Amino acid sequence: MFATPQSMSFAEPLALQSGASIRGYSLAYETYGTLNPDKSNAVLICHALNASHHVAGVYADQENAQGWWDTMIGPGKPVDTDRFFVIGVNNLGSCFGSTGPMHLNPDTGKVYGADFPVVTVEDWVDAQARLLDGLGIRTLAAVMGGSLGGMQALSWTLQYPERVRHAVVVASAPNLTAENIAFNEVARRAIVTDPDFHGGHFYEHGVIPKRGLRIARMIGHITYLSDDVMNEKFGRELRSAVAGAVREAYQYTTQDIEFQIESYLRYQGDKFSEYFDANTYLLITRALDYFDPARHHNGNLAKALAGATAKFLLVSFTTDWRFAPRRSREIVKALLDNRRDVSYAEIDAPHGHDAFLLEDERYLGVVRAYFDRISNEAVQ
Amino acid sequence: MSDRLTMQSIARLVPPGSRVLDLGCGDGAMLDYLQRERGCSGYGIEIADDNVLACVKRGVNVIQLNLDEGLSMFDDASFDVVLQIDTLQHLRNAEIMLVETARVGRMGIVAFPNFAHWPNRLSVARGRMPVTKRLPYQWYDTPNIRVGTYKDFEVLATKNRLAILDSYGLQEGREVRFMPNARAGTAVFKFERG
Repeated sequence: MFATPQSMSFAEPLALQSGASIRGYSLAYETYGTLNPDKSNAVLICHALNASHHVAGVYADQENAQGWWDTMIGPGKPVDTDRFFVIGVNNLGSCFGSTGPMHLNPDTGKVYGADFPVVTVEDWVDAQARLLDGLGIRTLAAVMGGSLGGMQALSWTLQYPERVRHAVVVASAPNLTAENIAFNEVARRAIVTDPDFHGGHFYEHGVIPKRGLRIARMIGHITYLSDDVMNEKFGRELRSAVAGAVREAYQYTTQDIEFQIESYLRYQGDKFSEYFDANTYLLITRALDYFDPARHHNGNLAKALAGATAKFLLVSFTTDWRFAPRRSREIVKALLDNRRDVSYAEIDAPHGHDAFLLEDERYLGVVRAYFDRISNEAVQ
Repeated sequence: MSDRLTMQSIARLVPPGSRVLDLGCGDGAMLDYLQRERGCSGYGIEIADDNVLACVKRGVNVIQLNLDEGLSMFDDASFDVVLQIDTLQHLRNAEIMLVETARVGRMGIVAFPNFAHWPNRLSVARGRMPVTKRLPYQWYDTPNIRVGTYKDFEVLATKNRLAILDSYGLQEGREVRFMPNARAGTAVFKFERG
């Protein structure tokens, strides 16, 4: 399946949670499948930290550039694009095509940099709703996301309950724990204290705070994996100069790469620093920190979710310690307390938080069955 | 215990329109039946992946949980009826779960294989553990880690101050109200907190 990136511009300013607003912005998006005549088969996919609107398929000129949720979405896949009209959208402040910190601020004529307004999950959902307006879609058959994307899916059911029939929330949480915010803060400090960061205005200095981005990514990566998977993949194996060869002896070095895990993390960090924007990293991690629908209800999530009328499917993974199953259960309980339709699968997968992006028959099977029901519902 | 007559018999104990929690709901057939035939709503609890999938396929709300971890997710009297159909015998903490059933449900309904059914007694009298249609497992591979009788349950219910509202045996889908402890392969109890 070939994907074609598109863009929609919005002249009307968007009021943000912070009190600021943003005008003259555009959103990058992709669509897959065909919108049916009564426009009842639309599914919106929300992305997490480092993903984009390129959710499924490949680009005609880049056969290797598979969408980040290609295992889940496509013709004949669990979210079947032969039946559903699937929309992937890049969020405001991201660095993959939608208006973000590296773009020009129409108010100053200068690149936003650190002046890009702080955006929240709620702001993203508002922007996504406008995109749907532009596409002529009133109601979503489903909104779906993993991790931070799951928070957006949950927020959709609260901000636009009448526009969402189903919400599929995978490996997510009703808010971040202190430990989770702590990880985000370490990553942010790594970026902000990089001498090349220049207070977020590094573009005009012609540099990129790559060191900070690398470390931010390394920390992130550790938290996306489980201890077991990391041990199984790398263990205490030493990195050999010759690929495939096994090295037995220590080098007795403190700064060179000694263990395979170090090599892996450095590689991931290097790769990430080549394509990800430092200001975007700060913005998105902050949006994660801020998300907390129970905040205006004295921490009572059941009260916060009282207005959600969608039907829910939640999925978590047993070894995910960054968005642990108990966090998903909190959402399930709040929905139960409100007597909402909800199903919850707790997949016993070894891969930690990353599991939500991987192929697992039980996980994909449950999502497939759920979307089959949505599809049949629409037919009836 | 997917036998249709058995399911219908137990379903008759559930008041129409009830909000139901089905502990160990299997493939969701009972909840599906209660929703379609008796206007009930509710959720099933299951631990097995294949059963969770089957429930989603049926369109029955299912929550994947290990019942041995308790029912802390559910508030007191938050359901009209809590079902434990062929579940009790698999639970390590069977007594706690029985009390939990009465806490979460305004009414509890439990069904389980009655070990005192006469063919079982006969088998034991001959010196062997029973292997029957109702108890098809060998003693060394049975998932039924709690083997009890109709009478045993009455004692356990009394000990935990549960008020039994109705009880009977089920055999081949028929209700057995005369000497159920000897004459029925399945024991059924409907109860509430005393």
